[in-house]
Amino acid sequence: MENVATYAELGKYLGAGLACIGMAGAAIGVGNVAGNYLSGALRNPSAAASPTAMLFIGMAFAEALGIFSFLVALLLLFAA
Amino acid sequence: MATEESTGLVFHPMDQFIVRPLFGDGPVHWYTPSNVTLWLALAVLAVWLLFVVGTSGRSLIPSRIQSMAELTYGMVHKMIEDVSGKEGLRYFPYVFTLFCFILFANMLGLLPKSFTTTSHIAVTGVLALLVFLGVTILGFVRNGAHFLGLFWVSSAPLALRPVLAVIEVISYFVRPVSHSIRLAGNLLAGHAVIKVFAAFAAITVIAPISILAIVGMFAFEIMVAVIQAYVFTILTCVYLKDALHPAH
Repeated sequence: MENVATYAELGKYLGAGLACIGMAGAAIGVGNVAGNYLSGALRNPSAAASPTAMLFIGMAFAEALGIFSFLVALLLLFAA
Repeated sequence: MATEESTGLVFHPMDQFIVRPLFGDGPVHWYTPSNVTLWLALAVLAVWLLFVVGTSGRSLIPSRIQSMAELTYGMVHKMIEDVSGKEGLRYFPYVFTLFCFILFANMLGLLPKSFTTTSHIAVTGVLALLVFLGVTILGFVRNGAHFLGLFWVSSAPLALRPVLAVIEVISYFVRPVSHSIRLAGNLLAGHAVIKVFAAFAAITVIAPISILAIVGMFAFEIMVAVIQAYVFTILTCVYLKDALHPAH
């Protein structure tokens, strides 16, 4: 029985570590948004100011999914 | 590195988020004044100081503090006008209150020894749920059954529409979840990272690096505090626009 508890503990920490991979996805997403904004803005600098609101909305949506993976890690470490 | 213990960090990075009663020890009930209550009240006080006391001069040539208040007002006003249109301006007071409250709660949370109220999903969840409920009720009151057109993407091919409707309904109900967790998670993560670096500062060899890292993280956190308040507000405007003009 003792082994089962140890393995459960082990799985918790492994899972929390694996959840960090989700950060890579969020990083790709946010990088894509910012990079595409920059390449668009540099082609037409006079129109660069207007889509900044959309830039932040896009970043927020991409980032939220990374935050979800962080939340999964927290739940595994402290709540499971 | 003989001082390093096998128990891990000197203090736990999540200790800063524990809700404690303000006076004495004991269980925390919903009516107990706790550190959350204190810092929520201080955020309201800070908003009041800037926008009521700060602008009480009402001078034609604004003082520094008055122009800060005026610039914030103008920024949020323009944001609503750009995102939700002229009709959205009717709901300006609520959106502006949200922005100021979240901004000040985030910023006050950055003070050393303070408590970050917006890092708790209980706090951000209430803010997000109020926006969600308010926007849904507003949508039905203003548009009646036409509000359901939000889920029926009329520009898509007819065969695809039922599938899209299911996706739209799911994404509509995930809104309050992502809306609240985005704000809470960002602040929680940032503050935990600062505390992790702070714990490393106890180890002599890497202390200079970790102290520099804390300085860098603090600068980053100030940026995050402002951007997250902005993002929360602009998403409120987007949801408001959906309620006012549900057609796709």
